[in-house]
Amino acid sequence: MKPAVFTGEHYITGDVACAEGAIAAGCKFFGAYPITPATEIAEHMAERLPDVGGTFIQMEDEIAAIASILGAAWTGAKSMTATSGPGFSLMMENLGLGVCTETPCVIVNVQRTGPSTGLPTQTGQGDMMQARWGSHGDYELIALAPSSPQDCFYQTIRAFNLSEKYRVPVLIMADEIVGHMSEKVVIPDASKIKLVDRPKPTGRKDRFKLYEPGPNGVAPMPSIGDGYNIHVTGLTHDERGYPAMTVEAQEEMMTRIKGKIQNNLDDIIETESYRMEDADIVIVSYGISVRTGLAAVDQARALGYKAGLLRLVTVWPFPEAMIREIAGRVKGFVTVEINLGQIHYEVERCAGGKAKALLVGSAGGKIIHPDKVLECIQKEFSL
Amino acid sequence: MSTQTTINRTEIIVTGFGGQGIILAGRILGMSASLGDKKESTLVQAYGPESRGGACNAQVIISDVPIHYPYVNTPKILVAMSQAGYDKFAPALLPESVLLVDQDLVHPENVPCDHFAIPATRMAENLGNKMMANIIMLGFCTAITEAVSSKAAQATIAKSVPKGTEERNIEAFTKGFDYGLSTLKGREKRAAGQTGALAQ
Repeated sequence: MKPAVFTGEHYITGDVACAEGAIAAGCKFFGAYPITPATEIAEHMAERLPDVGGTFIQMEDEIAAIASILGAAWTGAKSMTATSGPGFSLMMENLGLGVCTETPCVIVNVQRTGPSTGLPTQTGQGDMMQARWGSHGDYELIALAPSSPQDCFYQTIRAFNLSEKYRVPVLIMADEIVGHMSEKVVIPDASKIKLVDRPKPTGRKDRFKLYEPGPNGVAPMPSIGDGYNIHVTGLTHDERGYPAMTVEAQEEMMTRIKGKIQNNLDDIIETESYRMEDADIVIVSYGISVRTGLAAVDQARALGYKAGLLRLVTVWPFPEAMIREIAGRVKGFVTVEINLGQIHYEVERCAGGKAKALLVGSAGGKIIHPDKVLECIQKEFSL
Repeated sequence: MSTQTTINRTEIIVTGFGGQGIILAGRILGMSASLGDKKESTLVQAYGPESRGGACNAQVIISDVPIHYPYVNTPKILVAMSQAGYDKFAPALLPESVLLVDQDLVHPENVPCDHFAIPATRMAENLGNKMMANIIMLGFCTAITEAVSSKAAQATIAKSVPKGTEERNIEAFTKGFDYGLSTLKGREKRAAGQTGALAQ
């Protein structure tokens, strides 16, 4: 058998790096339906999973694909699916099931331009609000946005670790350019990769409660076949996991589902800064648009502007406290994203009128050129 | 305007028909620079229907510093293996660019920059496989532009082409490389002839 971790230097696409990250993270089940521009993840998983004793299934559609990874997760396997906009839409109902049943799993959305079939082969970042609110009801989940193939590798590992630790579906919000571009990806020794496994229950099997929270608010999770009598349902349930049709049970369940994320923001939220030390103009970006933002920062600095970049590695939960704090000491924010305003509105909300909140967006189809960001800075800010 | 495009940054566009191995040529350039020559390198490629028959392109950036914006602004090197591809990207050429064409497939007019020609497809046919025209062109490009080292390119080709065809592809690369070297030599001689100083 080939190793789970392909230690060494590779020149690969983001899609392939994402698949390698999943294998390195211990993913043993991948169920998906092929769709541009995420198909290469499925192709690579189909090739690699047999190497590590894992299972690949091409399901009949995306509804079945996400159902399959939820089921696999309850057998104890780390599981993943990958899709793009139209498939992501189909997954929304069962994404809520994953949140409600607190099922660890990873869902990759290699975004293309919508709505509907849109521009199937061209990039977009228009699914960011769908990632946060696409399934019905109130909930929390985690979404990460890689901005290079190397990042695809690391963020996929991180996605598995977070999903296991917090028993929550984690979304990787990539995009067509990151998925298809090739760059050097350095894969470290297996011993250097820190993996997290879901908390497992101990103690008497007959007194076990499926949703009794542990110290960080997350309940230990047995696998089907471990001998615990468990009931897993999308109905509102009590700590035993049994349906409980009361407002009290609903409140208790929601407190746990939201609390395990809200009370661990420092662990979950990751950002990166570029030339931010003395910056008074902050470009906020995520995914491929970070590459636009970084170039724009250098261009703006060359003209004398004190520009910096805040990269949202974790997009959901949103780094509200950080944006609020920055808003108090800068002239303004420029959010760069390949849509006509999604994360921009979050930045604007947190800026709270204390600093300007501007958008450099696009209708989709291609990366935003740094010159567009520079134009915005020159128009809106004085030197 | 862009600070990134000034120094230590080589932007390359390889263009042709889908099916000519344009993307593979771009991948070999990027991989050679990255894994062989230990530079930073980014490859973005045409992905829609054009990569399956239409005007296809691969955009490679090679740099000594991390690459932010991954697309080519102004190609320092344009490798054109189809007229349609040439027509699409020729307007982006600057006086300091270098144009390389397959002379039987591309007929450039009013080129604003230095340009070199090779009958890559014909040479590949003479080698018994026109699918190797892209590798011949890579050899030619390597000799003329030194965008990547010949050593890195050959090592990458051996890793990238179908098993069993490594030797033939290296031979194709060498043919293109040698053609490039003699093209350069011919130029030197002509230049010398014009001045008279080194005329033989």
